[in-house]
Amino acid sequence: MAPAGLLGREIAFFEALRGAGVPVALSEVLDATRAMGAVDLLDRESLRTAFAATAVKRPNHRAVFDRLFDLWWPAVTGEPTRAQDLAEREPDEQAPSDEPADAGQLRDALRDLLLSGDEEALRRFTREVVGSLGRADAAPGRQNWFSYRVLRALSPETLMASLLERLLEGQQRGGLAERVARQTLTERIRQFQEMVEAEIRRRLAEDRGVEQVSRTAVQPLTEQVDFLRASRADMLELRRQVFPLARRLATRLTARRRLGRSGRLDFRRTVRASLGTGGVPLVTHHRPHKPHKPELTVLCDVSGSVAGFAHFTLMLAYALREQFSKVRAFAFIDTTDEVTRFFTPGGDVADALATMSAEADLVWFDGHSDYGHSLEEFATRYPDAVGPRTSLLILGDARNNYRATGIGALRQLVQRSRHAYWLNPEPVAYWSSGDSAVAQYAEVIEMVEVRNAVQLEDFVQRLLPQ
Amino acid sequence: MQSPYFASVDDVEQRLSAVGYLPDHAIATTVFLADRLGKPLLIEGPAGVGKTELAKAVASAVGAELIRLQCYEGLDEARALYEWNYKKQLLRIQAASDDAAWDDIHDDVFAEEFLLSRPLLTAIRRTEPTVLLIDETDKADVEVEGLLLEVLSDFQVTIPELGTITAVRRPLVFLTSNATRELSEALKRRCLYLHLDYPDAAREKAIVLSRVPEVAERLADQLVQTVRALRAMELKKSPSLAESIDWAHTLLALGLDTLDEQAVKDTLGVVLKHASDQARATTQLKLN
Repeated sequence: MAPAGLLGREIAFFEALRGAGVPVALSEVLDATRAMGAVDLLDRESLRTAFAATAVKRPNHRAVFDRLFDLWWPAVTGEPTRAQDLAEREPDEQAPSDEPADAGQLRDALRDLLLSGDEEALRRFTREVVGSLGRADAAPGRQNWFSYRVLRALSPETLMASLLERLLEGQQRGGLAERVARQTLTERIRQFQEMVEAEIRRRLAEDRGVEQVSRTAVQPLTEQVDFLRASRADMLELRRQVFPLARRLATRLTARRRLGRSGRLDFRRTVRASLGTGGVPLVTHHRPHKPHKPELTVLCDVSGSVAGFAHFTLMLAYALREQFSKVRAFAFIDTTDEVTRFFTPGGDVADALATMSAEADLVWFDGHSDYGHSLEEFATRYPDAVGPRTSLLILGDARNNYRATGIGALRQLVQRSRHAYWLNPEPVAYWSSGDSAVAQYAEVIEMVEVRNAVQLEDFVQRLLPQ
Repeated sequence: MQSPYFASVDDVEQRLSAVGYLPDHAIATTVFLADRLGKPLLIEGPAGVGKTELAKAVASAVGAELIRLQCYEGLDEARALYEWNYKKQLLRIQAASDDAAWDDIHDDVFAEEFLLSRPLLTAIRRTEPTVLLIDETDKADVEVEGLLLEVLSDFQVTIPELGTITAVRRPLVFLTSNATRELSEALKRRCLYLHLDYPDAAREKAIVLSRVPEVAERLADQLVQTVRALRAMELKKSPSLAESIDWAHTLLALGLDTLDEQAVKDTLGVVLKHASDQARATTQLKLN
C-alpha cells in the first residue's frame, strides 16, 4: 500500500516513469525526495528540475519525463475560472468578452499571440480554447477531449502567410529574412500544437484517472520506432541521430580493439622506457594491433515501402566508412544501379540520397519491387563488387510481388563473399506471409530482423571485426 | 556537515550572473541542488554550450579554487589520483647509511613526502573551498569511471600504504561529457544530471550581449534568429553558443551593423565548420 499525500504521489509518478521505460533506481527516488525538500514546492518548474536532475539521466528520456510530469503535476486543475484568469492577466491585456468567441476571433487572437511570442499568454489561451473547442460529450456526465477539433478549428499552419507578412513588414520577400522568420514561426506553431495536446491529456487525465492516460500518452523512444511505421518527423529525428550514433559506435569499436591483444613488441619504446628503471625493462611496449578492415557492399531496396529504412542504413554505412576499407552501395527497385558515386567524401549524405532517387537508374519494367531481376542484374553487371574480402549486406523486406526470386544468383553472391547478411525491417512474425519470399532467401543467406535503430546498432557491432 | 555555498536558487542565479554566466532557471536549480545534496553534477550536452564554463563560473562565484582533471584516452590512476615518487624513493634508499635498519627505510619511503598528489587527491585533501572539474569524462577509458566511484560517492581515496583519506571539506564536483559514449549506470546514479542544450532565443541573445557588449541589440537579435534557423537544418555539426559569440566578434571586427545575405555569406565559415554544411546552408538560405 503506497503512502498517501505528496510522497505517495511522488512514488506513483516514478512508478509511471518506470512503466514508460525510464529506469529509476531506488537511490534516485531517495535523492529526488531529498531534493523535493530543498526546493520551493510551490514553484512547479523547480520541482520539475529537481526530479529531472535526480532521476532522468539520459537526454532521450527527457521528453517522456516532461509529458508524464505535466500529467501528474498539472499546473492547474479543472476548468480555469474566469476570476483566476483575470487575476493572472496583465492589466493592459484585454479582458475576454463573456459570450463565446467564434473561430475567426480566436484565430485572430492566436495570430497576435504567435506574433508576440509570449509563452505564458499562449498557455492561458490554450487552456481557454481547449475548454471551449476540444470537448465532445461522450455520455451523460462523461466527456471526451480531442486535439484535432481544436487544431482544425484554428488551423494554425494556415496562419503562416499572414504572420510572415506582419513580421516582415515590407522587407524583401524570399530572402534570408523570410527564411529566418519562417523558422521562428514554425517553432512557435509547433509549440502551440504541443501545448494543445498536453492540455488535452490533462483534461483526459482528470476525467479517466492519471494512470490510464499515462500509459497511452507515452510514445516510444526514437531509436525504438519501427522503420516501417516511422512518421516523417520520426525519420527526420532518426537522421539527425545518424552521426552521434556513428560516433558512439566508432568510439566503442576503437576501445574494443585497443583492449584486444596488442601486436609485436616495440623494441625501441621498451628500451627507452627501461631507462627510467635503471635499464631493467619492467614494462614492455607493443605496437598497436592493425585492425583488419572489411570491404562493405550494400545492396538496398529503395522502393517506397522500405525506402526510409534503406536511407537510414546507407547514411549509417557512410558515416562509418572509416571503419571499412571500401564501401560500395547499390540500389534497386526492379533493376540495380551503382549509387556509390553520389556519396562523395565530405559531401552531404541527405543531398546524396535526394540525387540518388532522382538520377539513378532503378526502374526497368514497372517500378514495383523485383528482387529476382535486380539480383541477376547485380551479379552480371557488377561481378567485381563481391569478392572474398567483402561483407555483403542486402536491405529489403523481400516482398517480391510474387515474381521470380533469382535464388541462384543470390546463392552465388553469398558463396563469393566473406560474410553475407540480409537485413529485414519487417517483424519476424510477418516474414513469409503474403508475397514475402523470405522463406526461399533464408535458405541461402542469414536473414536478420532490423526493425529499429537499436537493432541496427547491435548488428553493426557484430559485423565489425574485434 | 559543512555549510552550503548557496542560500537559495535566486542566490545561485544572482551570483552566477555577477561573474558573467547567465543561467536559466533549470541550471540555477540544479546547481543549487548539487550544492545542497552534496552530490556531484554530471553535465552533458553538445560541444560549446558552456559546460566547462559553468563549473568555472561556480568556482569564481563562491570564491573557491578550481581543480581540473582533463580526461583523455589512457588516463590512469597515476595521473588522476596519486603516484609514488619513484625516483625520490630510490634516492632515499641509496642515501641511507648501511647500518640503517631496512624496516625503518621501508616505512619511511612510503610517507607523505614521497607522494605525488594528482587532481583527485588534491581536491579531497584541501581544507579551503574547492570546485573539482572532471572535464570530458567520456574521453577517459571505462576503468577510470571505476576509479571515480569511490571518490564521488564517499569523497574518499584509499591508498594501500597510507590508509583511507577522507575529505575534510567536500568539494563541489562537476563532471562534463560530450556523450561520445554512454557513461556507466553506476556513475550516473551517483551524480545529479543536467542536460545543457542550446539556450532559448532570449537567453542566447542576453549571453551574446553580455559577452560582446559592443554589439548592437538589433544585430544580436538577427544573429540569434539566424543561428536558430541554421540549427533547424540537417547539419553535421550545428552551430553552438560558442559559435554565436565568435560570430558576434567577427561581425564587430568587420564593422558590419546588419546581418544581410552578403554578410552571412562572407562569414559563414565562423559558424559552420564543414564544407558540406556550408553548401547546404547556402542553398537553403538562398544566399547565392
